[in-house]
Amino acid sequence: MRHFAAVAAALLAYELVARSGWFAAALVPTLPTIAHTLWTMLADGSMERHAASTLARVFSGLALAAAAGLVLGFAMARSRAVERFVSPLVNALMPIPSLAWAPVFILWFGLGNAATVLIVFYAASFPMLVNAWSGARAVNPLWLRAAAAMGAGGAQLFWKVVVPGAAPFIITGLRLAFQRAWIATVGAEMLAASDFGLGWVIFDAKEFLNADVMLASLAVIGALGYLFERFAFGALERATVLRWGMVRPGQA
Amino acid sequence: MLRAAVPFAVVGALWEALAHSGAFPPRLFPPLEEVALTFARLTASGVLPHHTALTLARLAAGFAAAALVGVLAGIAMGRSRRVEDLLLPLVSIGAPVPGLAYAPLFLLWFGLGDTGSVALVAFVALFPVVLNTWTGVKAVKEIWLRAARTMGADERRLFRHVVLPGAAPYILGGLRLGLAQAWRILVAVEMLAAVPWGLGWLIFGAREFLDTAAMLAGIATIGAIGLALEHLVFGRIERYTVVRWGMMAA
Repeated sequence: MRHFAAVAAALLAYELVARSGWFAAALVPTLPTIAHTLWTMLADGSMERHAASTLARVFSGLALAAAAGLVLGFAMARSRAVERFVSPLVNALMPIPSLAWAPVFILWFGLGNAATVLIVFYAASFPMLVNAWSGARAVNPLWLRAAAAMGAGGAQLFWKVVVPGAAPFIITGLRLAFQRAWIATVGAEMLAASDFGLGWVIFDAKEFLNADVMLASLAVIGALGYLFERFAFGALERATVLRWGMVRPGQA
Repeated sequence: MLRAAVPFAVVGALWEALAHSGAFPPRLFPPLEEVALTFARLTASGVLPHHTALTLARLAAGFAAAALVGVLAGIAMGRSRRVEDLLLPLVSIGAPVPGLAYAPLFLLWFGLGDTGSVALVAFVALFPVVLNTWTGVKAVKEIWLRAARTMGADERRLFRHVVLPGAAPYILGGLRLGLAQAWRILVAVEMLAAVPWGLGWLIFGAREFLDTAAMLAGIATIGAIGLALEHLVFGRIERYTVVRWGMMAA
């Protein structure tokens, strides 16, 4: 209730500024204008198409990053040789913002989906890899010894002990990777100029001074990010680590 | 040290083999010696240092504003219930939206160029700083406060000598996150904002001339700065403050 009041106050302040006439109405549209634009774009299906293309890019990049990050992260935790080889490379590449690669990837792969998905992949792999690696190393050695003593072999040890044991880290990795992927997708869509996607709509709207389209798309981006963070990852956590008793509800 | 060089040597050799194999046009996939040469040429001519200096100036301006406003707002939120009620919902709504999505809006409102990009950098870096400072002030142990009060500390001294040092590890953590985010956003926004100088612009502009070597030289500079910000700047600040005070292990 209190939160609601603060948001309402902020919206009211915005509406007053928008109606005051200090700024051009094209730059600071009123809330009803934004709502109307949002509704029109939802009604003619264009907003859904933009959101769907953006989400498709986020999830293709995220899926690739999860696959590569998990395999490499587990391999690093398992073998000293792999760890020694990969970790200096990771340390050198991680501080480079993914969007810095955008022009190079665009040159190599052309404008469009391939470049965008690769940028997203680059952004999302590092949190995935680092978390899988630390997760696998953080598995209680007592569990490994107990399972081995009860006769668990290599594959069984990996699937039944290491993977669930590392799951809290992996889920955190996925969460971080999703946030990174989301940012990278929006940025890449602005730079790699595809013809659909929420980032592209916002950027394109600038050319026509359509601040209402920009704000409506921003609202959709915020809402989608919030929904995924709140529901998708929350559900994933409840179905796995919380149910297995790996983390307590308060901690999660 | 030598062992850490092995992976780079292997990857470098692979790159060289691919670049010289003729499978890709050398303009798009330049060999490393050409990247190094371009790097040296751009550095000697002063172009690369100029780009770097302007990028760092934007980063410093945006981040300084975010740090100042963020720490003050975070402390106010931690100390006063009313401010917390007012700001926390706004911060929690704004934080998950990817900062870059605001870029076109900021460019529209503040114009292309420095004002827009610095404002965006400040805005994006603000969220982690506010949230961490607020958490830090809230996390100061009640028993420290009571102990200090019993020993006769007034509000002012309580704040300076207990609350601020107590919250410092969190505040530094927030500043660190904020700086990292500011850096990521700045590089991207320089590509979008059509500023005449800056590392992001250097890379993006080089695309027009198919100058992949210049792009890679720019990316290497960006990576080196990112690494330096993280390790040299914050590592040192931490050692002089929270580690020395025994708040955190080195």
